[in-house]
Amino acid sequence: MSAATTHRAASGLPKNELTSQPKSALAWLTLPALLFFAVFAVIPLIGVLILSFAKWDGIGAIGAAGMENWTSVLADPDLYNSLGLTFLIMIVSWLVQTPISLLLGVFTAGTQRYRAALAVLYFLPLLLSSAAVAIAYKALLDPNFGLAMGLGLPFLAQDWLGVPQLALGLIIFVIAWQFVPFHTLIYQGGVRQIPKSLYEAAQIDGAGTIKQFFHITLPQLKYTIITSSTLMVVGSLTYFDLIFVLTGGGPGNSTRILALDMYLRGFRANLMGPASVIAVILVVIGLALALFLQRLGGKDKQGSQLEGM
Amino acid sequence: MKQFQSSRRSFLALAAVTPFAVMATSACGTSGPGGTTGGGASMWFLSGEPNQTTIQKAVDAFVSANPDNKIAVTYFQNDAFKTKIKTAIGAGQAPTIVYGWGGGTLKTYAEAEQVEDLTSWFEANPELKNKFFPASFGAATVNGKIYALPNQYVAPIVLFYNKELFEKAGAQPPKTWDDVMSLVKTFNDMGVAPFSLGGQSRWTSMMWLQYLLDRIGGPEVFKAIFEGKPQAWMDPAVIETGTKVQELVSADGFIKGFSSITADSKADQALLFTGKAAMMLHGSWTYGSMKKDGQNFVQDGKLGFANFPTLPGGKGDPKNGVGNPAQYMSISAKATDEEKETAKKFFKDGIMTDTVIDAYINSGSVPIVNGIEDKLASSEDKDFLNFVYDLGKNAPNFQQSWDQALSPTAAEALLNNIDQLFLKSITPQQFAENMNATLGK
Repeated sequence: MSAATTHRAASGLPKNELTSQPKSALAWLTLPALLFFAVFAVIPLIGVLILSFAKWDGIGAIGAAGMENWTSVLADPDLYNSLGLTFLIMIVSWLVQTPISLLLGVFTAGTQRYRAALAVLYFLPLLLSSAAVAIAYKALLDPNFGLAMGLGLPFLAQDWLGVPQLALGLIIFVIAWQFVPFHTLIYQGGVRQIPKSLYEAAQIDGAGTIKQFFHITLPQLKYTIITSSTLMVVGSLTYFDLIFVLTGGGPGNSTRILALDMYLRGFRANLMGPASVIAVILVVIGLALALFLQRLGGKDKQGSQLEGM
Repeated sequence: MKQFQSSRRSFLALAAVTPFAVMATSACGTSGPGGTTGGGASMWFLSGEPNQTTIQKAVDAFVSANPDNKIAVTYFQNDAFKTKIKTAIGAGQAPTIVYGWGGGTLKTYAEAEQVEDLTSWFEANPELKNKFFPASFGAATVNGKIYALPNQYVAPIVLFYNKELFEKAGAQPPKTWDDVMSLVKTFNDMGVAPFSLGGQSRWTSMMWLQYLLDRIGGPEVFKAIFEGKPQAWMDPAVIETGTKVQELVSADGFIKGFSSITADSKADQALLFTGKAAMMLHGSWTYGSMKKDGQNFVQDGKLGFANFPTLPGGKGDPKNGVGNPAQYMSISAKATDEEKETAKKFFKDGIMTDTVIDAYINSGSVPIVNGIEDKLASSEDKDFLNFVYDLGKNAPNFQQSWDQALSPTAAEALLNNIDQLFLKSITPQQFAENMNATLGK
């Protein structure tokens, strides 16, 4: 920007043009981000859209396929199975994770020392990569050589990854185990932002801890909840690594969520066209969900949560 | 206007910087195959003993004998490797030496001209071509041209059993399907799982179908499927095969939780040698790893092996084998001439030396090399080696593993449907119909 400043000084622009300068300078600052967005999001997206109309095995030459990929994928019952599973995992994950992380967030927001110590412990799963988490769980849950045998706890010796319902439940559990710490962190920050005076006033009015939670903490966390939910919901569309390593979509197709279905079609079955169709569907669903969640909280964007403060 | 100019200049500055930033971020992703610089060839191979050591020693010996030729080897787990190599080839990032199992996957590489045609090279080196079992070239040949060097060993699927458990039960290894079903009951009553299976890997479950279909309908049924003949999967023998599999699953023939076990973890082998399971249908290569991992299980002669049993009214010869006729190495068409030369030299002088052949024999495998009968006979594992040699070389028919023989598209559908068949979420009829839809794909 120094070049711009010298230019302006030399040409002696009128004052009103000078005042408009900071605004346009700020706009230029978004350029690197935009460029990255274009290179890593927009261009690949266009590529995927084109590929969804192409016939390609990932190795040889690319040929045109017309609408064939779309009609075959949209007529494939596997797609609807995957869609159903994706939404099921999304909804159940949200229902499981939100209350837990909300309560943990409120708990860890306290300043007591033991809470700080516990917060560090809660935070640990977030430090591990999904693949490592999946491999560790897989070893622990091995029905013949895992935790159950090691500790002599026969009820743990279930066919965790071999029975469809158990495998699905287990995946939801491991996802929660891994991501609750992250959302706890978001809620912790949100709770700490709430002005103390609100609670003091409530105390004077005689409101107990539970009343304070429902009438102050929860409403004040509205935007935090929306942020956390957006991350959870949109993030659950892209769960891949954990499920891929844990079950590979199995047993059968019982944990083959959309992102995994896309990968298996593309890179295992060498059907890049149909895989791209699923990628496009994923993008559309993700965008729609993100917009919807924005709307939920966005209606009264100008509305303040701190009126009268 | 002036302001526009100045802004454009800053834009240009940015435009000049950005590519470097992009390069820096994308460089984190991959440094290319094996990071080959300076004319060295690269090779990807499977991790896991004893073969990892054998190959590493072969490469080290080759490099020290030929200081001008370098080969960098990277090791991957089996299931991960199969996907990674395909993606790398599609992206033009393949290692110089492409390891694989021939068949349908090699065909896609050859048709996309991603691997070198080695036909004329083999013609120029007849002694090399005559060194290997003639049958091992079948899966290396696409449209009459040879695209890969057969190497390593022949790996038939073998019915292994735990002799100690059989003695305890007073039982004999199964000769017929009725024997199998009665043994399932015997061992379940003893509290031992009849069969160990790493079902999550899916190709492990496939081995059952391969043998059952051969024994029931003879080798012609899969031959028709392989050739893509219409309605080939709808053969009654296929449906009978599926029925037998589900019969075995329903009778608790496989260890509890078999769909949670992967072959890469070798837990399926551990179940057999720790006495938790009585039998296991698995590749002959597991002999070597059980010998290594199973304390003295193999050395003390507790590991039994047998042909797959016959089925009532079945057409297949009980001497027929299924499995991998050999492993294969191709040369990437994208490699530089120098890398290709190194690879060819390694193929000729480094990959199947006497040391390597001895190492395979010592680990309980039968190298695909002619004239090794004496070596096999003098080995401490001679019973098993002669059994495998007989099954691998003298079988009336030796069927290559289905997932390797078929195209990747059909193979993935096959594995997925096999998984569902073992889970009983589809009927044998649905299995046949689903697979029939993949013919010609």
